[in-house]
Amino acid sequence: MSYSLDFSVVVARLPELLLACLATIGLSLAGMSLATVIGVLGVIARRSRFRLLRGLVIGFVELIRNTPFLVQIFFIFFALPQLGLRLNPTVTAIIALGLNGGAYAIEIIRGGVDAIPKGQVEAGLALGLHRAQIFRHIILKPALRTVYPSLTSQFVMLTLTTSVCTSIAAYELTSVAQKIEADTFRSFEVYFSITILYLIISSLMMGIFALISRFSFNYPVK
Amino acid sequence: MPQSAAAQVPLIALEGVGKWYGAYHALKNINLTVKKGEKIVLCGPSGSGKSTLIRCINHLEETQEGNITVEGTTLSDSSRSIDAVRREVGMVFQSFNLFPHKTIMENCTLAPMRVKGVSKAEAEATARKYLERVRILDQADKYPAQLSGGQQQRAAIARALCMEPKAMLFDEPTSALDPEMVKEVLDTMIGLARDGMTMICVTHEMGFARQVADRVVFMASGEIIEEGPPETFFSNPQHQRTRTFLGEILAHH
Ligand SMILES: Nc1ncnc2c1ncn2[C@@H]1O[C@H](COP(=O)(O)OP(=O)(O)O)[C@@H](O)[C@H]1O
Ligand SMILES: [Mg+2]
Repeated sequence: MSYSLDFSVVVARLPELLLACLATIGLSLAGMSLATVIGVLGVIARRSRFRLLRGLVIGFVELIRNTPFLVQIFFIFFALPQLGLRLNPTVTAIIALGLNGGAYAIEIIRGGVDAIPKGQVEAGLALGLHRAQIFRHIILKPALRTVYPSLTSQFVMLTLTTSVCTSIAAYELTSVAQKIEADTFRSFEVYFSITILYLIISSLMMGIFALISRFSFNYPVK
Repeated sequence: MPQSAAAQVPLIALEGVGKWYGAYHALKNINLTVKKGEKIVLCGPSGSGKSTLIRCINHLEETQEGNITVEGTTLSDSSRSIDAVRREVGMVFQSFNLFPHKTIMENCTLAPMRVKGVSKAEAEATARKYLERVRILDQADKYPAQLSGGQQQRAAIARALCMEPKAMLFDEPTSALDPEMVKEVLDTMIGLARDGMTMICVTHEMGFARQVADRVVFMASGEIIEEGPPETFFSNPQHQRTRTFLGEILAHH
């Protein structure tokens, strides 16, 4: 083997890679926020009195969980414009990540809501609170706390899935790495470097999640 | 003791109430009136329908027959009647059901603020009053898990009182407690009774029944078998099932 490692090309383009890391983190945070909103609203809709609404949520979750993310993002990016809806790659990426993460979040949060003891709801009802108030003030926080480990590992997954967004040329770490590789032919150095960068980004996310948990779920339980 | 005319008005009235869980007939032709200020102790074997009965009063359970009227409002499926009744009736559960993510103070202010729309300051003032009354004001900033069982149940009583209900329903409030904590909760309930609160208590604490009950109601198999003032109920029960039940209860206590 005559291949000799030369990381100087990577070092030279480190500023580009670091900016791309920020883009990946931005896409991830935006995707997670959308996924969280979809997750919570989806659970509310899933518990609705209206069968049609419940059915729509079930259909959405099944659709997303049983099709590849790559096909989902292609559908939004290439198929929707034919119906007149044209979105730029970044917006497409956020929507695709949010919808995908949201479907999983619905199932995860629903598990947490189902695990809330019935007595909590009954105490709320006996005090005169309405269903929506009970969900918002009594159920939601303990439910999120229960499923927080599953939800956050799903969100680490979402962070790593941002790399698939390179397929629609969204600006993020993997697409920038591909460009540098095409310019320099230094495949090993480039992909080795971004592997490390993804590891760092994942760790950073887990740090953020731990911090959020520290401040939001700081009440003691038996 | 002379009673005013107002004291004779039934605050809670159940007329011919029937309740099914699917095919299971859980309450059969229940007739019960509770006047303002009256204290009722409801007892009977496990599975006889005591919880079901009091849970029908605030519509945690639906009934299929008869009428339930609370302070002039007859319960129906309309959310207006349900809201009206729940505003007048507080409930205390066997398992406390405090909200674990809220402090004792927040447990007490949630419903007054969200249901009655009172300000935070006003809700907190009310909460301090009732936490003082159940003697746990010093625990107001703690979370439920940091309190003993007896303190948690007293907090739950204060939480219900913060809605300033006209009547209180207790579903075996001391059954989940360690024996040494039963007394502090019973003492709180006795204090409440002395202050004139209308109460329906499901409990097997016969000492409490003798001390505060105006009437003891005995249920078995979804029916009210007999009722009477504690003196006659305990000394001269009319039905064999009541005698058997009292024998078992006294053997355990
Ligand atoms: N949600 C329910 N679904 C079906 N059966 C129930 C339900 N709740 C109570 N029951 C039944 O109704 C009967 C009365 O229950 P309950 O009112 O809890 O009795 P008690 O409080 O006197 O022990 C029991 O046989 C119980 O199994
Ligand atoms: Mg019971």
